[in-house]
Amino acid sequence: MELLLVILVGVLYAGGVYLMFRRSMVRMLLGLVLISNGANILIFLIGGITKGKAPIIQADEQHFTDIYADPIPQALILTAIVISFALTAFAIVLLHKVYSTTGSDDLDSLNIQDLDI
Amino acid sequence: MMTNFILAPILVHMLTAILLLFFWGRVRAQKVISIIGNTIAFILCIRLFDLTLTHKNLILQVGGWEAPFGISFISDTFSAIMVLLTAIVGWAVGIYSTSAVNVSRIKFGYFFTYHFLIMGLLGAFLTGDIFNLYVWFEVVIISSFILLTVGGKKMQMEGAIKYVTMNMLASIIFLTAIAILYGITGTLNIADISMKVAQIENTGLVTVTALLFFIGFGIKSAVFPLYFWLPSSYHTPPSAIAAIFGGLLTKMGVYALFRIFTVIFTPDDFTLALMATLAGLTMITGALGTINKRNIRRVSSYLIVCHIGYLIAGLGLYTEIAFTAAIFYLIHDVIVKSNLFMLIGVIYKARDTVDMYRLGGVLKDYPFFSFIAAIVFFSLIGIPPLSGFWPKIHLFQESFVQENYYLLACLIFASFVTLFVLARMWSEIFWKDSPKPLTEKIDRFKNFSKSGKFALIFPILFLAAVTLCIGLGASLVFEIAGQAAHELKNPSIYIDAVLNQN
Repeated sequence: MELLLVILVGVLYAGGVYLMFRRSMVRMLLGLVLISNGANILIFLIGGITKGKAPIIQADEQHFTDIYADPIPQALILTAIVISFALTAFAIVLLHKVYSTTGSDDLDSLNIQDLDI
Repeated sequence: MMTNFILAPILVHMLTAILLLFFWGRVRAQKVISIIGNTIAFILCIRLFDLTLTHKNLILQVGGWEAPFGISFISDTFSAIMVLLTAIVGWAVGIYSTSAVNVSRIKFGYFFTYHFLIMGLLGAFLTGDIFNLYVWFEVVIISSFILLTVGGKKMQMEGAIKYVTMNMLASIIFLTAIAILYGITGTLNIADISMKVAQIENTGLVTVTALLFFIGFGIKSAVFPLYFWLPSSYHTPPSAIAAIFGGLLTKMGVYALFRIFTVIFTPDDFTLALMATLAGLTMITGALGTINKRNIRRVSSYLIVCHIGYLIAGLGLYTEIAFTAAIFYLIHDVIVKSNLFMLIGVIYKARDTVDMYRLGGVLKDYPFFSFIAAIVFFSLIGIPPLSGFWPKIHLFQESFVQENYYLLACLIFASFVTLFVLARMWSEIFWKDSPKPLTEKIDRFKNFSKSGKFALIFPILFLAAVTLCIGLGASLVFEIAGQAAHELKNPSIYIDAVLNQN
């Protein structure tokens, strides 16, 4: 399971970086989405994956005796997913707005303002 | 000292923002509520600064959860300085915005977003939890995205897409670094991480994590070679927004760098050499960027990059005196850069252009305004006894003492180019006669109402006065900056404060 997730994280990061090198704005955005999903899975993976052991102390014990699943990474991922969701939503609207003002999906066409040296 | 007061400025900004929602679209009410909220927050921030200096540090364990388990808020001297700077600049730019930002932007929730931006900045400076820091960073960047794009034309959209992409990427890198750090330490509290990192034997993994943090914050604070988004986006939004961005947003990244690389990681020689090299290159490229630009807002954007190098140089030298100088420079830079962008906003209103060759004659028409501008320019260059001089001389001296002659050469070169560029700006904008006849249509500043003119000029005057005070009261500022540097150089003070509080 861990190995599978490691490969998945690698593929997501690599694919994200590849897409971000493209000139098309939509692909760049998709690249960002892929990398942020990769980061979320990385948090999940790095906290350690423990199957079927909820972090609940039994009533007749004082502290954990067994290995348990760490709940913090899940809380972190939940926060990170919400944030990246909001950012992605904003970026999509921005791309649409840029497309409707410039009429182009090409990042290289965004350098008009840089001409005034 | 344990206190709930630490959250007060943050809550005031949040409540102001929420209150503004109920007055959506009503311009006058928005302005009044925003000024009141800013003023209350300003007073509270001064009180927070004062309390921090008397009690050494203020701590809050949110919800009563003890340190490594809950989220801690801590205000030590460095945080308190940043909070005070945010309050000063936030208050001044808030007043400036009431007159400088046009009605359509205010109707689309300019002030609402502005208060959330300031709230995020304050939170980022006060938190003692690394993931909480990430969340505050996100609060700041989503607010800055909205401020950058609201009511924007084509040029602003072009700037925004670069800004949004690079900042989202920086956040993801930051998040990745947090993930790895959590994996190797198993905690999120900055003080606790610091203790755990010191015990890790796999130093290679620690260095890699440290460099991931450096890249993430390096993008946000515009360090060479990651600064390219800044000069191509900061000149596009209205000058009030550019003032708060130029003054505070990049400095937030610098703050995080100082915090991370003193408390959590103790940089090895390789990392320090890397920082010093990048600091020098940031100065050189930023300085060279200013030379061939005609648009004065672009020149100012490159000046931001150039002077970020000074701050990183302080971190690269990694001595207490260097930290003191860098923190002093940070104080000076936040105030002066914000003021520079506000000045440019007024010049734009008076001349309807930001092109150096088409500007001119400002000194003849507005002698008093030009006098304030002269103070700002002089202190930016570092003419003694104004505020830029003191930290610069200490940085020079410290890089000389440390025998880092490369850094010394870069510092002097960047300083000289700053002088050259500002002298050119002064002669082009103020001394030279206006190249084309001035009409009512060009000089919009004359048509402003009396209160409108006051709201434009007063914040500039206020920040110029603060600059003068920093320059003339340099010994006091040095004392406070020295205290902050001492705490940074001895992270055990910070760790003890968070983990062993009573």
